[in-house]
Order: sequence, then C-alpha cells, then structure tokens
Amino acid sequence: MNFFKIYWKLISYLVIHFTIEKKTDIMKLSVKDAMRCVGCQSCMFACSRRSGNAGLSNTCIGVRSTGGISRGYTVIVCRSCKNPPCASVCPTGALVPQKNGGVRLKSSKCIGCGLCKEACIIDAVFWNEEQNKPVICVQCGICADYCPYDVLELIKDEKEVSHE
Amino acid sequence: MNKNDTLSNVLYIDLTKKKSWVNDRRELFEKYLGGTGVATQLLMEECPEGIDPLDPESPIIFAVGPLTAVFPLASKTCAMFKSPHTGDLGESHAGGRSAVAIRMAGYGAIVIKGASEIPVYLSIRDGKVFFKNAETLWGMKDSSIPARVIRQNEKGEGLRAIFRIGQAGENLVTYSSVTTETYRHFGRLGLGAVFGSKKLKGLIVSGKRMIEVNNKKEYRKLYDEIYKAATDSPVMKKYHDIGTAVNIKTLNTLKALPVKNLQMSTSESIEPLTGEEMAKNHLARRVACAHCPVACVHLAYLREPYEDDPYFFKTTPVGYDFELIYSLGTMVGIYDPTQMLKLIDKVEEVGVDAMSMGVILAWITEMVERNKISKADIEGLEIKWGDADAYIQLVDEVTHPKTDFLKACAKGVDFAAAKYGGKEFAMQFGRNEMPGYHTGPACYLGFLLGARHSHLDNAGYSVDQKELLDNTLAPEKVVDKLLDEEAIRQILSSIAVCFFARGIYDLKMVSRGLKLVGFELDDKQLHDIGKQIHLSKYQFKVREGFEFDKLNIPERIYQTEDPTGQITKEFIHNGLKYAQKLIIQ
Repeated sequence: MNFFKIYWKLISYLVIHFTIEKKTDIMKLSVKDAMRCVGCQSCMFACSRRSGNAGLSNTCIGVRSTGGISRGYTVIVCRSCKNPPCASVCPTGALVPQKNGGVRLKSSKCIGCGLCKEACIIDAVFWNEEQNKPVICVQCGICADYCPYDVLELIKDEKEVSHE
Repeated sequence: MNKNDTLSNVLYIDLTKKKSWVNDRRELFEKYLGGTGVATQLLMEECPEGIDPLDPESPIIFAVGPLTAVFPLASKTCAMFKSPHTGDLGESHAGGRSAVAIRMAGYGAIVIKGASEIPVYLSIRDGKVFFKNAETLWGMKDSSIPARVIRQNEKGEGLRAIFRIGQAGENLVTYSSVTTETYRHFGRLGLGAVFGSKKLKGLIVSGKRMIEVNNKKEYRKLYDEIYKAATDSPVMKKYHDIGTAVNIKTLNTLKALPVKNLQMSTSESIEPLTGEEMAKNHLARRVACAHCPVACVHLAYLREPYEDDPYFFKTTPVGYDFELIYSLGTMVGIYDPTQMLKLIDKVEEVGVDAMSMGVILAWITEMVERNKISKADIEGLEIKWGDADAYIQLVDEVTHPKTDFLKACAKGVDFAAAKYGGKEFAMQFGRNEMPGYHTGPACYLGFLLGARHSHLDNAGYSVDQKELLDNTLAPEKVVDKLLDEEAIRQILSSIAVCFFARGIYDLKMVSRGLKLVGFELDDKQLHDIGKQIHLSKYQFKVREGFEFDKLNIPERIYQTEDPTGQITKEFIHNGLKYAQKLIIQ
C-alpha cells in the first residue's frame, strides 16, 4: 500500500512539474525575423503597458535602427541565458537566476547600481529611469501579441531558440 | 489634464544666450490640448508682429499632444513658425520618432528663439539642453551625413529623434525642410531656412518615462480598440499596403493628376509610376513612425551602376509616396521610376521640399520652352521634360543660387514669376506650390483658403469626388464643408494624431481617449475648440499680411481638363468672397 502511495506521489509530482515547466518556465521569446520590423515600437509600448500606464518607462524590449533607419532594425530581447551574466555581477542578489534560464528581479534588494546593465553585452537589461532599477524580461510574450508584422514569437524552448 | 503629466512643460531655448528653462503652461494645454492648438498660442506670444521670418527673434515652436505615447497613431509633432516662404503662418507636421521622443523627454512643447553665432546642434535629454558645436557639420553636401555623425556622438538609441537641415536650409532657401529620421519631413513652408538663419543645424531629443492614466482597465480596452482598428480595419489598408501612391492610378484615370506643370491632367505613360507597379518592381522595405503600427513609409532601393566599374553599384533606399511621385515624377514628365528615384534622392540630399521643388522645376522647364528665360539664367543647363539628370543639376543650382533668376527661384515660384513672368502657369496658391490634386474647384478653394496646414491638402478633393463629380454644389456650401472639416482636423493635429487615422479618431473617440489623461471634453466641446484654434491661425495669418484680395491664381487651373468640369473663375471667386466674409468677420 505504502509503495503504491509513494509511486503515485512520484508520478503526480512528475506530471505536475512537467506541465508547469512546459506551460510557464520554458516559454521563450524569440525574434523570428527582424527584417520584417518596421520600427513602430508597438512591442515596446505593449511591454511598458503591463504596468497599466502609458509611456515607455517600463519596457524591456528594444528596437533600434541598424546604423540608420534605411538599414533596418535590430530587435533586442532578453535571451534568458542559462548562466546569466547580469545575475553574476549583481552585488546584492537582487537578480535571481531561474532554473530554465533568465532571471527574476527582487526589487527590494536592488540598489540601482547598474552593473547588470553593463554586464549584458546585447543591452537586454533595460532601465527604468524613474525608479532607477532594471526592467527584466519575464518572457510573457505580450510584445509578440502586439507585433503587427510577426517579428516576434513566444515559443517553447525545448531546444535552443534563436534570439537576436 | 492629469496632475503628474509632464505635457504642460514648455522648454524654452535661447540660442543667442545659450540658455534654456522650463515653464509650466498647464492653462494653455488645458484650453488648447497641445499640438496645433498650443503651438498657435505660443507663436502668437513669441513672434513679434511684422518680424522678418529669418530674424533671430522669430521663434520656432514644436508641440506634441496629450495622446502622444499614450495611443497608437498619435505620432505627429506640429511645428509652427513665421514662414519665410509665404510671410505668414508656417505650420508643418512630421512624424518619425519626433513626437514620442519630445513627450518622453518630458515636454509638451519646445520654443526656440535667438540665433547662435556659430553652427550648433541641440541635444535634449535628461532634463537638460546641451549646445553642441556643429561647425564641422555645416556645409556638408549630403544632409544624411550630419545625422549620422549626431547619431554616433549621442545617446538614446531606439528612443531618439534626430532633426537636421541640409544645404538648402543653410542657404536660406525659403522652402527648405527639416528632416527627421531620414524619411520624415517638416516640409513646405521653410522651417529649414528658419533653422539655417539661427545657425541651428539640427537637434536630437530622447527620453523614456511613464504617463499615468486614470483608469487602467479602460485604458487597455480603448488601446486595444484603436490598435485593432489601426491594424485590421479597411480604412487603414490603403496606407499600409500600396501606400498613398495608390492614388496615382486613381487620379490619372479621373484626369485629376497634374502632368508636366498641369498642361495635362492625365498621361498614358504613367503606368510604371503607379503605386501598384512601384510596389511590384521597386518596393524594398516599409518603415513606421514611432507608435504607429501602420508603417506607411515606403522605401524603394535605387541601384545605380558606377560608370567606371560595372561591378560596383551605389544602392540607396529612397522613400516614395503619392506627393513625391506627383511632384518629382508626373509634374516634370519623368515616367521612369529609376530616374524619378534619383531625383527624389537629390532633393533629400539638399533638404528641400519635394513638392515645391517639383513645381519650380516644372515652371522653369516651361519658361525655357517659351523662351522667357535665357540659358545663362540657369547656368547653361539644357532643361527638358523628363530629363532627370538635368533636373538633378538644376536642384543644385537652385539651392546654391548664383544668377538672379536662380536666386528668385530659391524664394519660390510666386516670387520668381512676379519678376520673370509666367504667372499664369506658376502653380502656387497663397505662395505655396501646389500639391498633386486637380480634382475640381473645391480642392482649389481649399488651397486658396489656406485652411489646412502647410501641405495645402484639404477636404476639397473629397468634396470634389463625392459631391461634384455628377452634381453641383454652391461655392458657399463647399466653403462651409471645408471649414467644418478643418475644425475637426485642428483637434486631430492638437492631440496630435496623424491625419491618416481620421477614420479611427472621430471626436467621440478623441473624447474617450482624452478622458483617460484627465481632459473632460465631449465631442461638441472639442468641435468648438477646433473652430477656435482654426480662427486663431487665421488671426495670425491676417496679422502677418494674409489678404484674400492679394491671392494670385494661375490661369492654368481653368484651362486644363478636370473630373468635375466646374473649375471656373466665377466658382472660385464666389467661394473666396464668401470665405473672406466668414473668416475676416
């Protein structure tokens, strides 16, 4: 009987764990095709609008020209690194690496030193100037929902996905 | 408006003293919203009566609106100044990143006065204004290079707007423009020359902030409604698919498209220039203004071989739209898209208004044909319809004028025709060169009333096509319709939404949007404010010498076939008399 209970618990744990991982933790934002980007900033405004307000202070996706608008755009999203350099340099442990890559910000621990921003070589640690704290992508995909030209997508990260 | 909104901050910059300060002008924004409404009042305050538009004390105003960076398509900045081209109201709207950048930098308006003794550019960020030496940038041949240098030297990637002038602005050509984000322009009425007169080569502005809304749930809902309309609705389709160039074919079929200085209103040769053909053969990329999912800016790739090496090509992305195809294509008899793109590229390089330049090139061509000017007047150039290479040289000559004739051309076709003749085919209205519509009398009444901002476009072509194609309407009724529509447009340009979005932003929608940022105004109140703003603009125009009786009307509009067959002197005269009574009283 005991053996059956333990066996059942183990199965339940694996199923639940697997499902949660599949549905939440492993969804990753990907730049499908930056060539289709028109620079409309809809993704940036959508990201910032998660706070409920307007403007751009809270955006953690960036669109910039690739050396002038005539050459097209570069779309910068967090790659949710397996060993995030931003977390490695955080002196207060405010950036907590996640099991499946990426980091979460513990805002109360953050002292706004900006080392994380410096450490990210693709400039994917964005900065909220008003709060003097980083804005970290949680791979929610709202930016992809508001991209009118299918530049972005939120996909399951079963293998490595391409990020720009 | 909401308490914490930085919209009411007006940034004042004195180029003479190299000083800047901010005044809170809440009362102005609460009464006139922003954009055109606020800029008009600031112009009235700052511009001394009767001043030379190129005097240091002549101000430049930029204003954005309460919906900028709040809702999609609120992406326009309104520039106001005294126009060196017409001598009265200078109003020009541009998109790019300009509006979002100004709003995100924490300002609703920027007022620039004075003049620097050395060339400068302004860097506006982090609540400060930096005066940067632009000596090295002054006089550069290609106006895109200074923008590149500014880009490389300044912060704010992805958020910044970069305004700059070209040699035409430096040389005070009265229809020189200010370019922002390479492909957007404060065009037409000579803002470039006002920059040039102040030794202001350009400015860069950037920022990133939050704008509080007072009902987050309703904000998300309304945002989605507008966003969906912008991306899915058929009213926007024209702008994001083929773009405004779709009108080339339509107007050509209607016999409403100016060809060869409006000697004709249609041509069988224009097929390669239609929006459809341009998209099929030349469209390479589409780009958008900040916070606009429509992406109406169409870029073609111009591929030019080098004569000395067949395996080298100069590849240049060149913007095109209806007005460019009209002014630098059909108006000058160029029907080969590659030749037209070369000419557009030249016009971009020197930083001059495309429509004005096209009309002037067309007028010069006719002056040559009629032997009204000598070869020496145009520095020995051989000019004929459709010859893009010759026109490219002529653009250089007009923007760096040496002969008296070319100096006159640098002041516009009305000025040149007054001196050298050819008034009857100098295609200007209120001293501003015509846009590409020969749709009927309503359109011309709209041009002449000066009812709209600088583009001269107005509701007239819609009235012509909807009401005058098969019927007739009294000129007075036409004027009423034009002015009524303008009241609505003043609101759109005050909040400051792109006119392409007029199908989405009716006054009820505007009222809902404004409520979320703290303005309690219903559609009727908005309409009244629109009327008031429009009247203020006329007050400025009249103060600075605009007179209905002084309007020159080129005879050609009565001679060339149009779709309505109703462009008569009587119609135009009666319409103007009626408008004069309404407006001046």
